[in-house]
Amino acid sequence: MAITARSITKRFGDFLALDDVSIDVESGSLTALLGPSGSGKSTLLRVIAGLEVADAGDVFISGKEATALAPQKRGVGFVFQHYAPFKHMTVWENVAFGLTIRHRPKDEIRGRVDELLALVQLGGLGKRYPAQLSGGQRQRMALARALAPEPEVLLLDEPFGALDARVRVELRQWLLRLHDEMHVTTIFVTHDQEEALELSDSIVVMNRGRVEQVAPPRQLYDEPANEFVMSFVGPVNKLDDAWVRPHDVELRHDPNGTTREAQVERIVRLGFETRIELVRDDGERLYAQLTRNEAEELEIERGDIVYVRARKEKTFG
Amino acid sequence: MTARYVVRFGSLGYLAVILIAPVVLIFWRAFDQGLGTFWDAISNPDAVHALKLTLEVALVAVPLNTIFGVLCGIAIVRHRIPGMGFVNAVVDLPMALSPVVVGLSLYLLYANDGWFGSWLNEHGFRILFAYPGILLATLFVSLPFVVREVVPVLREIGTEQEEAAATLGAGAFTIFRRITLPAIQWAVVYGVVLTMARALGEFGAVAIVSGGLAGRTQTMTQYVQSAYENGANETAAYAASVVLATIAILTLVAMTFIGRRED
Repeated sequence: MAITARSITKRFGDFLALDDVSIDVESGSLTALLGPSGSGKSTLLRVIAGLEVADAGDVFISGKEATALAPQKRGVGFVFQHYAPFKHMTVWENVAFGLTIRHRPKDEIRGRVDELLALVQLGGLGKRYPAQLSGGQRQRMALARALAPEPEVLLLDEPFGALDARVRVELRQWLLRLHDEMHVTTIFVTHDQEEALELSDSIVVMNRGRVEQVAPPRQLYDEPANEFVMSFVGPVNKLDDAWVRPHDVELRHDPNGTTREAQVERIVRLGFETRIELVRDDGERLYAQLTRNEAEELEIERGDIVYVRARKEKTFG
Repeated sequence: MTARYVVRFGSLGYLAVILIAPVVLIFWRAFDQGLGTFWDAISNPDAVHALKLTLEVALVAVPLNTIFGVLCGIAIVRHRIPGMGFVNAVVDLPMALSPVVVGLSLYLLYANDGWFGSWLNEHGFRILFAYPGILLATLFVSLPFVVREVVPVLREIGTEQEEAAATLGAGAFTIFRRITLPAIQWAVVYGVVLTMARALGEFGAVAIVSGGLAGRTQTMTQYVQSAYENGANETAAYAASVVLATIAILTLVAMTFIGRRED
């Protein structure tokens, strides 16, 4: 294991941020810490980096006990949500920082920084200051800076949280390629389930300072361990005691004995996907996700009465 | 429209009467008998000595309060030490307290029968009516400026840059020198300029503890006062005032320059 956190507990005053949390992160993997705000995911990342000291528990990095080590000695690269650029230094100096303070030879620093700037596609911008970069460029600079001292693990705290949607999607693709090339063990924190599902080999779902489930994306989606994971990862309808994914909602024109009556309240066309919002005869609301073709074949309109059934549903005891 | 003119001319008129007229008057009175008279007035030995003493005090007080101010600012903002709220409040004391009260309390502490004075006197240290007393008074009154400039800037820059530097392997001193200090440097310079101005211009506290002996323990501000009081040497008073006012104006220019750099 590249990173092991065992029984980590951390309080801030009366607030229990981490409650006996344990995780194992495989060497070379890309792992997501996923959860709503206040779930403790960022705190766990900061405890692993040594930026917060846990009240109890142990941290191991690359098999070595790191619990009492200062952040300087842990060999981790950390990328902050708001990039934390050194504002008074140029892009080049920012990336070189981890090497210059180690007094590496000048030639080596120059070679490594130029290589990293090319890797993060900031080749021509070394002389600029962080204030002269866009958000996405700043984030890539922060990543290059974290990678410069060749950390054993890379920790990213909501790395795309402050970027607009289009840049975010681009950077995700780019991070995935970068990880394929470098194979540095990476943990990233996110509250965006889509981001976690798209990027990671393994997802740790956190809620109220505890780990709810650890699983690969597909397993997490198909076999959620409990109601929280079911509702937090992927879209979901709750009908009585059962949970139904919107793409598992079947719509028919005629009842077949297992269906319930519902009225179409709204039809939203999102390119390939069509979302049909419904109100059941008992007043419960739900929505169905259909492909555009399926929706056209059904020929339904707002106000129509349809009959709904769950192809697949899940209940938790 | 009218309201705008009232605001504009009202504020400018107020400035002219309250601030600019007195300063202009001082320059005019200092030079109205010619450059030669002005030069004689400020090159007389007592004036030169007073200027020298004032600068000697400032050159020790300003660096001391700068180092203290930066360390104190970091302690207030970055370390959750119990009692730091109290320190934060106490730092402002010199702003609230009349300098005369400061001088008096120093007098009571260091007089021959004072708390510290009797012991120090037995061991041959002279504080009152000498350089150390003037320095203590100046340190006291010019203490808050660097702290007050540095604290809000430290709060604003936050801890992320320092944390980033730590994860990159930088030790505490490297972080201070390479990250924190460059980030607060203009606040420090601004604080130094204000501290300097206060140290040079202090009168009330120093007046009580220095004794004001011409050519020995008289500072620039006291020289102005005694020259004026004697009546015989009004030009000297105005000339010395011009020196002080010039330093103040240079300080203002420096501050404006720094303000621009910061933007």
